[in-house]
Amino acid sequence: MARSSSTAPAVLAGTDKADPAAASGFKLVLGVVALGVLLAVPFFVYPIFLMKVLCFALFACAFNVLLGYTGLLSFGHAAFFGGAAYFTAHVVKEWGFPPELGILTGVVGAAALGFVMGALAIRRQGIYFAMITLALSQMFFFFCLQAEFTKGEDGIQSVPRGHLLGLIDLNQPLAMYYTVAGTFLIGLFLIWRFVNSPFGMILKSIRENEARAISLGYSVQRYKLGAFVFSAAIAGLAGAMKALVFQFATLTDVAWQMSGEVILMTLLGGIGTMFGPIVGAGFIVALGNYLATTGFPVTIITGVVFMVCVLVFRRGIVGEFYASRLGRRLGLDHRH
Amino acid sequence: MVLTARGLRRDFGAFTAVKDVNLDVRHAEVHALIGPNGAGKTTVFNLLTKFLQPTAGRITLMGQDITRTAPDKVARMGLVRSFQISAVFPHLSVLDNVRVALQRNHNLAHQFWRPLSALDSLNGRAEDLLSSVGLSRERDQLAADLSYGRKRVLEIATTLALDPKVLLLDEPMAGMGQEDIGTIANLIREVAKTRAVLMVEHNLSVVADLCHHVTVLQRGEILAEGDYETVSRDPRVRTAYMGTEEA
Repeated sequence: MARSSSTAPAVLAGTDKADPAAASGFKLVLGVVALGVLLAVPFFVYPIFLMKVLCFALFACAFNVLLGYTGLLSFGHAAFFGGAAYFTAHVVKEWGFPPELGILTGVVGAAALGFVMGALAIRRQGIYFAMITLALSQMFFFFCLQAEFTKGEDGIQSVPRGHLLGLIDLNQPLAMYYTVAGTFLIGLFLIWRFVNSPFGMILKSIRENEARAISLGYSVQRYKLGAFVFSAAIAGLAGAMKALVFQFATLTDVAWQMSGEVILMTLLGGIGTMFGPIVGAGFIVALGNYLATTGFPVTIITGVVFMVCVLVFRRGIVGEFYASRLGRRLGLDHRH
Repeated sequence: MVLTARGLRRDFGAFTAVKDVNLDVRHAEVHALIGPNGAGKTTVFNLLTKFLQPTAGRITLMGQDITRTAPDKVARMGLVRSFQISAVFPHLSVLDNVRVALQRNHNLAHQFWRPLSALDSLNGRAEDLLSSVGLSRERDQLAADLSYGRKRVLEIATTLALDPKVLLLDEPMAGMGQEDIGTIANLIREVAKTRAVLMVEHNLSVVADLCHHVTVLQRGEILAEGDYETVSRDPRVRTAYMGTEEA
């Protein structure tokens, strides 16, 4: 799955030798440009749309920690995204929690849910793992449908955004936007740190060769569980933000289609790349928004996009760019 | 006696892959497990390292019963194996392959909050290991880009990184070039001075040269046992090997 075929013959690779100076320069420029865009873009584009993109982008990045960096395909991540949205919406609306505590509740709730689901699912591998996560998330969906506090089909509506740290009025679209953007960057940094850490190294070794990791004395189940809980927590962070941005939490976010959508976003953008899921999420959300006004069924288009992706560019948009001549010259094509 | 097995047996349905195997692996000795294809050598390895559960029998490691212990636990107790099919982490660099093995003993396996540069403290040890197996020049290559033989060499370096008390090597020389065979044979001789080694090997000249003790398996049962001289003169062993082992 996440294997890049970077094993090109040495002769060929020689012509595309990575230039470290160009690579670090390119990354710096890219980072600065991305930050600039992130700050300036709400003046040009509808902020609600941007916040939706950021929420889904963070969700997809969290999912990618499992699929791209640990080699686990979870088919139940909607439970953490949508679950956190419910937790946050409930404590903010009913208990009058401030937004930052509301988000924290969502994250902790999602992590706890991830611990339970993960502990049950990681005992199995491959398709069985995916099926167990799907089954457990469907059970959670049913719980949300029946439970009192989720308000069933209606969902939790008109959730107050409140004041961040008691100071910043989040009802101002720009204030809300910058809060979401800041949280997004924090989430992204946490993921980057997690993946590029001694712990992340062990995760990669498990993805690469699980039996060998066991024979080196690693209890791989614990590492997988750690990654699962972390991924669930970040997915929860994304869901909690979404609840505040849209001021409601509904069954849509815990439904299995949402689990499928995040897989699609990650696949489309590029599994196992830091920025792929962001690009994939942006693409899918934009597509959905654009098609929503035309009346053309979105699912047909996303289905076609999915097939084209799997057939033509299996590394995803960002993955293909990394593996291209330009990407290799810039030293981007490494999955260490 | 570092590692012992008594009455080891493993059934796969109606088929008995390993039957009544007794093994005694001694400290500071190289013990060879040989036998024709399908004799059950790899199954014995899997049983000893707990990758498979024995149907019957008892295994002890340094006096402790490990018959029901989990494989990662057994590895942490100092019994480390290599695999018949080369077991490296293909998309990690050669250096990272060794560092992953070093991380656990240096308490650098759980830290998810520290940067990767925390692992640089392992570089010295990792580079020593790489140079002892002759892999220094390939340090920054992806393991996937190494030749088959060099992957095996890397795997041995990774195994040694754990500083195991008992080393189980499943056909360590298979697919290696002559030059690597010499290096690795010397390395095994060297490490066996301070620990026990049990190896499956088809190259009988290596076995004759390296091993103090030989156990011959056939159809899952022990056919003969003893030093190489004794075993190679055994007429049953000669028949099993069709006289190909003129060492």
